[in-house]
Amino acid sequence: MVVKNAKGRPILLNMVQAIHENKQYLGDIDGLIGDGDHGMNMNKGFVTYGERLGEDETTFTDGLNDLGMVLLNEIGGSMGPIYGTIFMDMADSAEEEEDITLEVFAKMLEAGLEGLYGIVDARPGDKTLVDTLNPCVECMKKAAAEGKDFAQALDEMKDCAETGKESTKDMVAKYGRSSRLGERSRGVLDAGATSCCIMLKAMADGMKSVLE
Amino acid sequence: MQRILNNPDNIVDEMLEGFVKTHGDIVKKTSHPRVLAAVNAPVEGKVGVVTGGGSGHKPAFIGYVGKNMCDSAAVGEICSSPTAAAFLDAFKAADGGKGVACLYGNYSGDNMNVKMAVKMAKKEGLTVKTVVANDDVASAPKDQREKRRGVAGEILMWKCGGAKASLGGDLDEVIAAAQKAIDSTRSVGIGLTPCTLPAVGHPNFEIKDGTMEVGIGHHGEPGIEVCELETADKMAKRMTDIVLPDYPFESGDEVVVLVSGLGATPVMELYVLYNEIEKLIVEKGIRIHKAYVGNYFTSLDMMGATLTVMKLDDELKELIDLDCNTMGLTQV
Repeated sequence: MVVKNAKGRPILLNMVQAIHENKQYLGDIDGLIGDGDHGMNMNKGFVTYGERLGEDETTFTDGLNDLGMVLLNEIGGSMGPIYGTIFMDMADSAEEEEDITLEVFAKMLEAGLEGLYGIVDARPGDKTLVDTLNPCVECMKKAAAEGKDFAQALDEMKDCAETGKESTKDMVAKYGRSSRLGERSRGVLDAGATSCCIMLKAMADGMKSVLE
Repeated sequence: MQRILNNPDNIVDEMLEGFVKTHGDIVKKTSHPRVLAAVNAPVEGKVGVVTGGGSGHKPAFIGYVGKNMCDSAAVGEICSSPTAAAFLDAFKAADGGKGVACLYGNYSGDNMNVKMAVKMAKKEGLTVKTVVANDDVASAPKDQREKRRGVAGEILMWKCGGAKASLGGDLDEVIAAAQKAIDSTRSVGIGLTPCTLPAVGHPNFEIKDGTMEVGIGHHGEPGIEVCELETADKMAKRMTDIVLPDYPFESGDEVVVLVSGLGATPVMELYVLYNEIEKLIVEKGIRIHKAYVGNYFTSLDMMGATLTVMKLDDELKELIDLDCNTMGLTQV
């Protein structure tokens, strides 16, 4: 099974909608140990991209690249460069592909994580979105190596994203603004890990809807 | 929430419009909607001095763009770093052919966006060097100074870096002067009330009535201690006890003292605080060369104040004393 790269529109729109629907939730989570603007900024970036796309079709990789550019060039903060880099590096690694196979997708996710590692010092266990993204990368690489069914692998990735996000609850933040809180950051989900989980699950659902 | 607003999502753009209408003799718009530049920028043959940061800290950051301070500033959303693209365009707006000094504060978003912008500038043949302010004593222990945040000490860094550039310093000299300025500077804040992001509508942290938070950050980052609200003399003692030994500032030193309100504290109370701070500093045999008291670097509607002390040498003294004309700081 493959996702035709040409059929990017429903995947991207699913991601936009998921972030939009969770604007308030993300803001509330961020407010507990951050400054409460995460939902607002993410929503602004994703919705801006959605409006620019309008009724147009897009490939999956062009869509990720355009979304990344909007976040990087128009949103700023920490999330602009972080998600901008993830999406643009994911897109870069597969822009020539007509068919996104499980193997290609695993490489895309890995490229996104590597790009992220190039600009942040956070690593697994630091209570950041790395704790959501990294297990998803590992899960997809394993699934690709085992030649798993694409749809089943996407379901597993959703579970990994959820587990990864939940794991941040018991962690003490070591990177970014909430790290200044030390022990006081324990017991609360990380906002970036949460938005990353929402985004990856929406991406997986969008991909499943166009698997052929 | 009792605030003066239209749509809170547009507050930054509307503030910028109003700012340029008011201070059109000092700053101008640029091709990037989130970059303001000094009216005469770029100055041919002068090192460009650039800063930038999230909004909500007026007069910082655009309030320090103007004669003999910064040539341009990148503007972010409230409490959120400007984009890499905005920093890049700010570099270009300031570039007079001698390179650009980007002087900003130590926050993760700003660090990432500046890093990306510097890389993009390099590709376009523009040399940018940076100094990252880390004057906030309360934000990390002394042996981890590289983790400390930048707060009101940034103003003195812009003052010295900007003056050095205006006096003809080359890029390395401007960077060295700005670095020396921030290395000679220590700050601490005390918060009395939390602040509210207009688009969020309620405070996202709490300072209980009758208490104060010592060491609070400009975005409500938790301080080192929450204690009962004290009188001005005790507050001054607490602040000087944190700031003075950290550098340390000692008898015989000559310093600049800057007391800034955090946004909602009446300015008269800042003078009450400075009156106490001055006594404690002079008691220690430290000479105050110049003092600044007012709302220089704020945190939306937070109540409280920051104390910043900078040790002077002959070079920093000359740079501090140079005249300047910005919205936030005018000196003749």
